[in-house]
Amino acid sequence: MSRKVFNKWFDKAFFILGFLTTLVGLAVLLALILDVLADGLGRLGWQFLTNYPSRKPEEAGILSAWVGTVWLMALTGLLAIPVGIMAAIYLEEYSKKNWLTNLIEINIANLAGVPSIIYGLLGLGLFVRAMGLDRSVISGSAALSILVMPIVIMSTREALRAIPSSIREASFALGATKWQTIRHQVVPAAMPGIMTGIILAMSRAVGETAPLITIGALTYVAFLPTSPISSEFPFISFQGLFDPFTVLPIQIFNWVSRPQKGFFADAAAAIIVLLAITFVMNGLAVWIRHRYQKGIRW
Amino acid sequence: MAFKIRDVNAFYNEKQALKSVNLEIQECSVTAIIGPSGCGKSTFIRCLNRMNDLVPMFRVEGEMLYNGMNIYSRDLDITELRRRIGMVFQKPNPFPKSIYENVAYGLRIQGINKRNILHKVVEESLRKAALWEEVKDRLNASALTLSGGQQQRLCIARAIATEPEAILFDEPCSALDPVATAKIEDLITELKKEYTVVIVTHNMQQAARVSEFTGFFMMGELIEFNITRKIFTAPSNKMTEDYITGRFG
Amino acid sequence: MTREAYHKSLKDVQDEVLKMADMVGKALKDSMEALKQRDLEVSKRIIENDVLINRIRFDIEDKCLLLIATQQPMAVDLRMLAAVINIITDLERIGDHAEGIAKINISIGTEPMVKPLVDIPRMAEKGISMLDRCMKAFVNRDIEAARAICNEDDEVDALYDQTYRELLLVMIENPRTIQGATYLIWAAHNLERTADRVTNIAERIVFMVTGKMEEMNVSKY
Repeated sequence: MSRKVFNKWFDKAFFILGFLTTLVGLAVLLALILDVLADGLGRLGWQFLTNYPSRKPEEAGILSAWVGTVWLMALTGLLAIPVGIMAAIYLEEYSKKNWLTNLIEINIANLAGVPSIIYGLLGLGLFVRAMGLDRSVISGSAALSILVMPIVIMSTREALRAIPSSIREASFALGATKWQTIRHQVVPAAMPGIMTGIILAMSRAVGETAPLITIGALTYVAFLPTSPISSEFPFISFQGLFDPFTVLPIQIFNWVSRPQKGFFADAAAAIIVLLAITFVMNGLAVWIRHRYQKGIRW
Repeated sequence: MAFKIRDVNAFYNEKQALKSVNLEIQECSVTAIIGPSGCGKSTFIRCLNRMNDLVPMFRVEGEMLYNGMNIYSRDLDITELRRRIGMVFQKPNPFPKSIYENVAYGLRIQGINKRNILHKVVEESLRKAALWEEVKDRLNASALTLSGGQQQRLCIARAIATEPEAILFDEPCSALDPVATAKIEDLITELKKEYTVVIVTHNMQQAARVSEFTGFFMMGELIEFNITRKIFTAPSNKMTEDYITGRFG
Repeated sequence: MTREAYHKSLKDVQDEVLKMADMVGKALKDSMEALKQRDLEVSKRIIENDVLINRIRFDIEDKCLLLIATQQPMAVDLRMLAAVINIITDLERIGDHAEGIAKINISIGTEPMVKPLVDIPRMAEKGISMLDRCMKAFVNRDIEAARAICNEDDEVDALYDQTYRELLLVMIENPRTIQGATYLIWAAHNLERTADRVTNIAERIVFMVTGKMEEMNVSKY
């Protein structure tokens, strides 16, 4: 076989091999989803979403879990996003290159790689104990926001860095100040990238279990945190921040560790809900990126 | 004289980019700066509105005066300087916003937000940039939907909108096709009636076509500065002659 | 339309050429008139004014070179400028021929004419008319007219032959007229050359329009 023919065959063989390995990932995911669907689809229903957990598997629901998850996500977002974006803007646009910023940058990169349980321990020591916030929604979201902040910072910096310097120059050349340039040109242009990063960070937070267990989120909660909107003056209540809570992953974890067969179906159904939430969030990220990038060509 | 440049040296770190440059630029005329790549021509023009401030470790010595005001004075308001000396860049760089907002931006950052003022200035600027007829029906369309030549004229309109006295062009046509280039050149000839124009170009034919004065830079030095017709028909320096006749560079 | 300033400069060059052609035509006409009227003052003025013709020629040449150096003229524009540089050389020489006739008039001075002027003024008329029409063809880019002008050179040549033979006879009959007759032969020769120059200009016009170099009428002299 001549070298030329061999190369041609090799090329083809490599293509097929690459294609098959790609399929492996897809196949595993598909199998997982099908399995979960088979187990849990029967349990899904309005009741499942509106019932509190129960000792009887057929009556158990995820109301407190998904409300807890929504609470947690909202607070985590409120804490992590502004701080993360501002930190990224500072590091990317303002900071001078010196040993301190180098140190900060290395730290942030490392923080993204720290196992999530460590954040749980930090949360336990700092928020629950030292700050006396107890095992509350606020403690959990504070721990989660520290967990996802490196992701927000890094993806925001990436998005800012992708804005061509010609845009900054154009703005400066018109007499804009540095802040005006960042506020009116750089950040808006980087928005799709920043949004994608935020959503990816939040979908990471949705699935986190370990740090919340460490902090001491309850596994059995038969009530909701106090609603932030109250019927009495001043109509806004922060009481909910300090209430105990649970979240979907913990509920799932709790159910799968039960011996009864019925809770297995409950767990599978809760997994479907959790998967749906993450898929929707990831889909949103893709959609936003696609939508904004259509109009923007450098 | 709009600009008076006296004995200017410029450095990136320790590397000297300009060597004792002396030159005067006349008001309401087109002055072209030519020279081989890396000769310091871009560095020079970016000193005139202090765009080089964005480059870390950049340093200037000597005196640069604009209408008697020291450009590199410590207590000069840079944003004011840049508003008075507009700039158009090598690659068309419209903001990823609407055509209208691109032109209005220079005013908005000065705090001018009155609709009737903005409307008037946007239309006037686009007219002066010979773009109005082409875009008047789609002012709210993204600037990125325009062709390269139109984008560059939009950038010129954007620079005009802040009512500058001088406009600097840093190789404005190097990314454009010949027809778009001819339009920009016509525009430059038109602009010099009202503005002091300085244009850096690696295309010396372009310098010949549009300018009244030409400076030839090499290795950071201003080798020759004279009226354009003199430079291109009978330069007094051998190096200039060699460069424009393509014998080196 | 783009490059308006450039196209205006090209138009300016053309206008300057027409102005120069007017000056040259007038010098030719005046020199002939002065010879007929024996007016030495007019002849002196023509000699003085030739400086102006030379000056406008250099001005135009300078403008052409500047346009070539700075505006990169191509195709028809380039041919026009190349043609103009040649045309103004010919015009300038026609101006010299007019000056030559003026000098002859001064040399003849107060001496009487050896022979009444008949064919020489006709040659001049013919030459001036050829020049006028040639410049019209230049403006209108009219190659048919330009080619026709070349053929008229033969008529001027014929008139020159005629004049030459007649003056030769005069000299043979009366050797005392040799000096005066020679002057007139020179004058006729200047006019014959003038027509040749106009032919050259017509050739350049054809080149300017078509891009082809044609030699259209070879003078016998």
